[in-house]
Formats: sequence, C-alpha cells, structure tokens
Amino acid sequence: MNLSPLELTLNGILTLMILSFLYKDNPFYKFAEHLFVGVSAAYWMVQGVWQTLMPNLIARITPGLVSSFMPEAADRAPEYHFIIPALFGLLLLTRLLPKGNWLSRWALAFVVGYAAGTNFVRYLQSDFVAQIQSTMLPLLVLRDSGGIDIGQSFSHIVLIVGVFSGLVYFFFSKEHKGVTGSISRVGIWILMITFGASFGYTVMARISLLLGRMQVLMRWIEQIFGIF
Amino acid sequence: MSILDNLQNLDRRIIFLFIGLAVIVPLIFNLTFPEHPTPIVTAIFDFVESLPEGSVVLMPFDYDPSTAPELDPMATALMRHCLTRNLKVCTMALWPEGQGMANNIFTNVVEPEFPEKVYGIDYVNLGYKAGAQGLINTILLNMRSMYTADTRGTPVDDLPLMKKVITLRDFDLIMNFSAGKPGSKEWIQFAGDPGDIPIASGSTAVQAPLLYPYYPSQMVGMMGGLKGAAEYEAALIEAYPQFKEQTSIATQLMAPQAVAHFVIIIFVIIGNIIYFTERKKKRL
Repeated sequence: MNLSPLELTLNGILTLMILSFLYKDNPFYKFAEHLFVGVSAAYWMVQGVWQTLMPNLIARITPGLVSSFMPEAADRAPEYHFIIPALFGLLLLTRLLPKGNWLSRWALAFVVGYAAGTNFVRYLQSDFVAQIQSTMLPLLVLRDSGGIDIGQSFSHIVLIVGVFSGLVYFFFSKEHKGVTGSISRVGIWILMITFGASFGYTVMARISLLLGRMQVLMRWIEQIFGIF
Repeated sequence: MSILDNLQNLDRRIIFLFIGLAVIVPLIFNLTFPEHPTPIVTAIFDFVESLPEGSVVLMPFDYDPSTAPELDPMATALMRHCLTRNLKVCTMALWPEGQGMANNIFTNVVEPEFPEKVYGIDYVNLGYKAGAQGLINTILLNMRSMYTADTRGTPVDDLPLMKKVITLRDFDLIMNFSAGKPGSKEWIQFAGDPGDIPIASGSTAVQAPLLYPYYPSQMVGMMGGLKGAAEYEAALIEAYPQFKEQTSIATQLMAPQAVAHFVIIIFVIIGNIIYFTERKKKRL
C-alpha cells in the first residue's frame, strides 16, 4: 500500500500503541482500541447506507429522489413492493421501544426462517451429500500406464480410515470397548492430528499478521529516519 | 532455583521478545527461501492458464485490513496473472472493507503495471453489498437485482465488461479471497455447487483446514495463508519471468515466517520437557 509520510506515521504510532499491550494494559492501547472500534462502526454504517440502503431500497421505492446522485436510478419506475422489506426493517427497530418491542419478532422470524431454509438445503447438498460422494473413493488407484499408484492409494486409505474412525469416535450408542474402542482410539489420533494441523495453520496466520505490522513499522522507520 | 523452575516461570514477555526478534532479524537481512508450488495451488494456476482470452473472472474480496498481510499477496498475484493472460476481472465484496481492499489492488498494482487496461472494459469494481449468502443466492439468478451500479456510480449496463454477465453462471471462475464468514464456504455452498461454477479460494491460514474437504471435487484449488500466496508467486514467476523483477511479497515474508516457526517449535519442545520432567518428579 502506498502511504504518505503522515499516513505512515499514524499507521506506525497506532501499531506501536496496540503492540504495547504485549507488555501490559495501558491507556495508549485503550485509545487505539477505542479508535478502531469507532472508525470501524462508522465505516460499516456509511457502507451500509450508500452501498445497500440507498441503491437497493430508496432508489427502488423513490428513484426520482436519488436520481441526482444515482444516475442508474433515473430511468427506473418505482418498485413499491420494496415497501414490504422496508417495513420489516423498521419493525426490527421496535426493539428499542419500551412498549411494542415484540413487533421486532415478526421481522426476526422472517430473517431466521429465510436463513434456516436456505442454509438447510445448501448445507445438506454441499456439506453432507457432496462430502459423502467425495469420500467414496477406490482404495487402490490404478495408473493409466498400468500398476498401482501407491501415493494416491495411500491418500485414499488414510482419508477413508480417518473418516470412518472419526465417525466411530462420535458414535455414543455403543460403549467404546473391544473393536469399537480400538477404532475410536484411531479416531482420537486422527482428531488430534487435525487439531495439530489447525493449530499450525493458526500460528502461521498470526505470525503473518505480525509480519505485516513489522513491515509497516520498518517502512515507517525507513521513510522517517532513513534506516534499513 | 533450577533452570527448569526458571523456564517454568518464564515471563510470557520473554517469549514475545524472541518471536519479535525471529521476525525482525530475517526481515532486516532480506532472507528468502525458495518456494515450490504444491498441487492444490498449481491447480488454480493451471485453471487460470486454461481459460481462453476474454474470459471473465469474479474476485470477491471478502477480507479486511486485519488479514491483508496474508490475502493481499494472493490477490496481487492473481490479478497480475489474469490481466497478463488478457482475462477480464470483476471484483465485489461481501465484507464492507473488501471494497477498499480491491481498490488498493487496482491503485497499487493494476494502474501502474497495466496502464493499457481500461476500467469498465478490462476490470470493474462492483463494491460491497450486504446480505452474505442471501446476496450470493440472489445474484446466482440475476446480478442486476442487487448490483445496479459500480463503485464509481456508473450504471452496470453501461459497463462493457458487464454486458455478457447476467448471472453468476456467466463468470468463468470465481476466485474468492476469504478471511472468514461470509467467504469461500458460502461461495461454494451458494454459487459453486448449485450453479456448477468453478470456485477457487485464497483463504487465511486459520480457515484453510476447514476448506480442505472441498478440494478437489467442489473447489478448483486453494491457497492457504501466506505459504499458499508464496507458492502462487513461485508458479507465476516460473511461467512469467517478467514478474521476478516485481516485489514478491509473500515469498519475502516466508523466511521470517519459517524462523518464527522454528522458535515456536523450540518453545513447544521446552514446554514438553518441563511437563514430562515435572510428571516424573511427582510420581517419585
């Protein structure tokens, strides 16, 4: 990102303020934290108004009102059925009223119903049916040229054994003893390896963010003091 | 007090100091290690290579500045690759800050490096819209029901690039840069699977393990964290050596990353030695 010296200085100082929390909690950290929350909230609100509320609601109900700064709305006929979602949106705000706040439940019921309905179908298709399909793999993969592809076959076996033993571990209707116990122990190992991989990735992510901040600090020092 | 006791009561700030040094020292000395693309990253590269000139790629920027060090290098590499291959790029965002992140790439990469490319013809920024998966669900059937204008206020119908884009199915690839929810998972669930649209993901390292199950049947490929970005840069430089002169941010950052990982591994080993020694002591 190309930043001016002033922007870079501000960026560097705020980074130092946040990093100071690593030593201990202090007023500089709190200031930077509150500034971030305030700026983020304002940014989200402005984006919500100008990118969603204006073009997708106001410009559709009363195109003439916004056509001076939204040319795409100029030739459009009013779409009055958008008053319904507008009313639902207003109902959500009744939560703020001491009396009549129950009205917000109607809008909330619509939101929950819509989200549950669409998510259910999509999760069932993409995370259940499609994942089962992806696990139906041959244990022995043959090469086009003949012979067994050992690497690919091993991957398939690990995947199938991992899925099966993991499922057995979460099968609580039978006591984990004997064969079930042995398979579920393999399941625990698979889960532990998965958690380890997730932890490793998380460490990489956090170090990457630290690297990003360090780069900013170095660029700041380089530009202001001419070091590096 | 023994060394073991000292280590057991080690002030966490000492660990922070070691991690800080592990990151800063390689950065100062510009240490770099060679990167080799893995199949999951190469799959995206090969897919972009296989697209005919003029194909339209949708790049949803679903991240904010907090994860930019991981995702900006991916977006930069992909943007360079697509524009070099004369593909059309359309950006949008399910995150409010994503619109600004896309603008940064246009300002810092596209405009200086590809001055011949014209806004509206070769690339477009549609910006942010609220609605998450609901938005994807809607634009799968009709882009214009939600996107009437781009971020500059130009009506979508006046943008030559958007002439043939009516629904999400008209995109030849959706290359999502994702830092969480809504992100790659939602694009796969609500666009890729129902619309049969090729989806690739550039994700933060934190969510990469959650996306692996979608590869290869529901996802073309994936770049996981900074490592994924560095691998894509390596693939790009191998095929297009002209980019060797440009900054390879992710590749440069992988050396301090590796040193920091090494320091963390040492601390994990020390922690385990202390744990097992203490356990042995208690048993005696």
